[in-house]
Amino acid sequence: MTKGRRKLSGVYIALMLLFLYLPIFVLIVFSFNSSKGYSWTGFSWKWYKELFSNELILHSLKNTLIIAAIASVASTVLGAAAAVGVFSMKNKTLKGAINNVTNLPLVSPEIVMGISLMLLFSFARMSGGFLSLVISHISFCVPSVYFSVLPKLRQMNGNLYEAALDLGCTPPRAFMKVVLPEIMPGIITGFLMAFTYSLDDFVVSYFTAGNVQTLSITIYSMVKKRVSPEINALSTILFVVVLMILLVTNVRSIKKERAKEKKMMKI
Amino acid sequence: MKLNARWTSYPYIVWMILFTVIPLFLIGYFAFTDASGDFTIANMEQAVKYIPALVKSVSLAAIATVLCLVLAYPFAFSMSRLSFERQKMMSMLIMLPMWMNFLLRTYAWQAILEDNGVINMLLNSVGLSSVKLINTSGAVVLGMVYNYIPFMILPLYSVMTKIDKSVLEAANDLGAGFFATLYRVILPLSMPGIVSGTTMVFVPAVSTFVISGMLGGVNNYLIGDLIETQFLGNSYDLNCGSATSLLLMIVVLITMAIFNHFSDEDAEEALV
Amino acid sequence: MQMKKIFSVFLCVLLILSSLVFGVSADDAYAYDEEYYSKFKNDNLTLYVYNWGEYIADGSDDSMDVIEEFEALTGIRVEYTTFDTNEGLYSKLQSGSAYYDIIIPSDYMISRMAQSGMLEKLNYSNIPNFEKYVDETFRNPDYDVNQEYSVPYTWGTVGLIYNTKYVTEAVDSWDILWNENYSGKILMFSNSRDAFAIALKRLGYSMNTENPEELREAADLLTAQKDVVQAYVMDQIFDKMTEENAWIAPYYAGDYLTMSETNEDLAFVFPKEGFNQFVDAMCIPKGCVNKEAAEMFINFMCEPRVSAENCGYIGYSTPVSAAKDLMDEEMVSNEVAYPSAEVLENSETFRNLSDETNKLLDDLWIEVRIGKLTAGFWVTVALLAMGVCALCALSIYRKQKRLRARNAVK
Repeated sequence: MTKGRRKLSGVYIALMLLFLYLPIFVLIVFSFNSSKGYSWTGFSWKWYKELFSNELILHSLKNTLIIAAIASVASTVLGAAAAVGVFSMKNKTLKGAINNVTNLPLVSPEIVMGISLMLLFSFARMSGGFLSLVISHISFCVPSVYFSVLPKLRQMNGNLYEAALDLGCTPPRAFMKVVLPEIMPGIITGFLMAFTYSLDDFVVSYFTAGNVQTLSITIYSMVKKRVSPEINALSTILFVVVLMILLVTNVRSIKKERAKEKKMMKI
Repeated sequence: MKLNARWTSYPYIVWMILFTVIPLFLIGYFAFTDASGDFTIANMEQAVKYIPALVKSVSLAAIATVLCLVLAYPFAFSMSRLSFERQKMMSMLIMLPMWMNFLLRTYAWQAILEDNGVINMLLNSVGLSSVKLINTSGAVVLGMVYNYIPFMILPLYSVMTKIDKSVLEAANDLGAGFFATLYRVILPLSMPGIVSGTTMVFVPAVSTFVISGMLGGVNNYLIGDLIETQFLGNSYDLNCGSATSLLLMIVVLITMAIFNHFSDEDAEEALV
Repeated sequence: MQMKKIFSVFLCVLLILSSLVFGVSADDAYAYDEEYYSKFKNDNLTLYVYNWGEYIADGSDDSMDVIEEFEALTGIRVEYTTFDTNEGLYSKLQSGSAYYDIIIPSDYMISRMAQSGMLEKLNYSNIPNFEKYVDETFRNPDYDVNQEYSVPYTWGTVGLIYNTKYVTEAVDSWDILWNENYSGKILMFSNSRDAFAIALKRLGYSMNTENPEELREAADLLTAQKDVVQAYVMDQIFDKMTEENAWIAPYYAGDYLTMSETNEDLAFVFPKEGFNQFVDAMCIPKGCVNKEAAEMFINFMCEPRVSAENCGYIGYSTPVSAAKDLMDEEMVSNEVAYPSAEVLENSETFRNLSDETNKLLDDLWIEVRIGKLTAGFWVTVALLAMGVCALCALSIYRKQKRLRARNAVK
């Protein structure tokens, strides 16, 4: 890439990030608003103070994180395994059918999924709670993992795997050594998407949660009386924490990477 | 490839049958019965009346998908050319905004786009007159693009990391210009990512709701909102709601099937 | 003469004294009945309470943390969760996928749930505060005529909010929501029941009408209104009104009071054609295990001190008259929060409608919202169709080219 083009792409990346972060910035600013809503009435730390005594919010945050963690890990394993399995199928019709079924959770309006799962659970005499919540979260998270891993498999050079087998690797070993590293970026992006979907879901959770309350349910149930800026404050804290972790680990690993490069140069 | 691992997909197949196909059969059952459980096609007939809302949703979702693709493509490519560590950080940075609650993000967009909102305030302060941003179809498309673009960027990026620098250099050496390289090399090689990304943006965007109500004003009543009204309006109308949802799913699945038919061949031929 | 003077001084002293005594004892008079509340102290019970979001004093803004207070007083643990709409609550409860001891739906939903047999009958002798404190006007209401299922929690009214900076004419009627002079600055309810209520009232009909003709007329009126409406909203009303992005909107009186704190130009009026009065009340769903403890919770919510705190926090009005003694003088005398009986004469509460009417209402509302198809709609459709055709053509062209190339190689 020429220097000019590199600069151009840098500018483009910056602009896109600006687009993605513009509302987040607004959201953060209004976590310091002294009154509810998006009319600025003065600076205040009030919502941060109140957040820590609001048991409902803190409790639902805990539930949300636990559920998102379990659901995203489980759906990553399930979805990645499925993608590998489907990829090695020869039957084109079956492949097509599975792809279409995978489309279903994406295409069905959330409310349809929520209500149909609720009916299913009550039909099976299973009362709502953590388990039903995790099951339904996995159901709508799995497609995103599947669709992230599948293109990586399609793109992979099949000869590598065969070469590994020819060189005496057992199939599982060849899979671990050759295929898995190849599809890893797909698995990671799939995991990220699953986690995101799970964090953000309201409708499906609402109908399948029983007495368990997630953060989204807490937030959506506030809409009649307006969402409390305590939620903005919570989001700001989450945002800053994640960003800090990200920056610290990355600055460190970028440094390491550079050091490695230097060493290579010397050799 | 001789990868022999069909069995790894079995748990998934069982899962999908239990928690996607069976609940969907329930919806199918409700779509074709009335409140007392007798067979009827009245619900379907009513659902057909709502096709204008469906067409509107599909159009807006299609526009949003194309915009996502156009915006995400150069971004994903630039991203895939960064160092490995930066790539990792970038993919987190793309996803992070989506960890803030959807409702809060949409409220924030509302505050930005309002007649007396952030953008118009900035415009006024430099002496320009206000522009109408909120309560338009454009605002709905913007909301869709914003909320779904990460799901376009990430699949694109993950296939683009595999496009080797040397391939691009070779194309260059063989005299291919920028556009020729893009059209003949990068585009075919990234086809699987385009297929995945398009699916993950278009399909959920069609059934989106809330966005249209909050940003779209009066004239952007989408099929997602309509279905919500049917289920959670005054009557807890499982039957009509199911019928409309079924219609929506059929339309989207057909669209995706056509799309996959063309793109799969492209993708496969590109890789041969 | 002398006697009279002495007498008047005596009277004054008596008055001052009595007011002092009364002032001190207001708090004492409303002290909790410790004995009653200690019944389940050591039973380690848990109550599942399901309420609207942001609908209870939670300790912020120097309010009482009502749940904590109840737990400390009774030793009963409260598992508190929240919902967002009456209809969401109904469908969830009907599927039986969740267990609750106490729910707080609105008036018409209570009568629907009672009719479908989803509610337990209350034992009012376990709720002494109902008899003691709840205002006469809230007993045997339309939604619970025999006073079997519910105890009121809050109430309020729906009226017109407008910005006096832009709307200088005198406002006293729903008509202004159809006024073209304010086109694009008018907001409307996004839920059908409230929207239809306004249109029906404007036509002079009852908001509980079951007459399809009247409902159709209202739907036509709502369709006609679309040209001047900016958006169909719920809570977005707050920001749109205070930031002056919209000038006229129908909404709850209690919420107007909150809005007017941020923007003093906002005014509120009860339209002359009539308006909605709502009550949110506490009920116990069928299958409740700890009914007596749940009734204790309901009783606690009727404590004047608690109700005063709750209504102070929520901004809606209290049905517990004694609570007014403990509230801000300004708030209690506010005509918007506590309109006179004369004004309320003009109000109507929602009743549960028949299934057919509910269905018709939804269908009509969807028709209103979809509306007529505009030219812009057809342009987008045409563009879309062209795009699809172009894509197909391109892909067929490429396929044939490739086939030809392959044949040439062969």
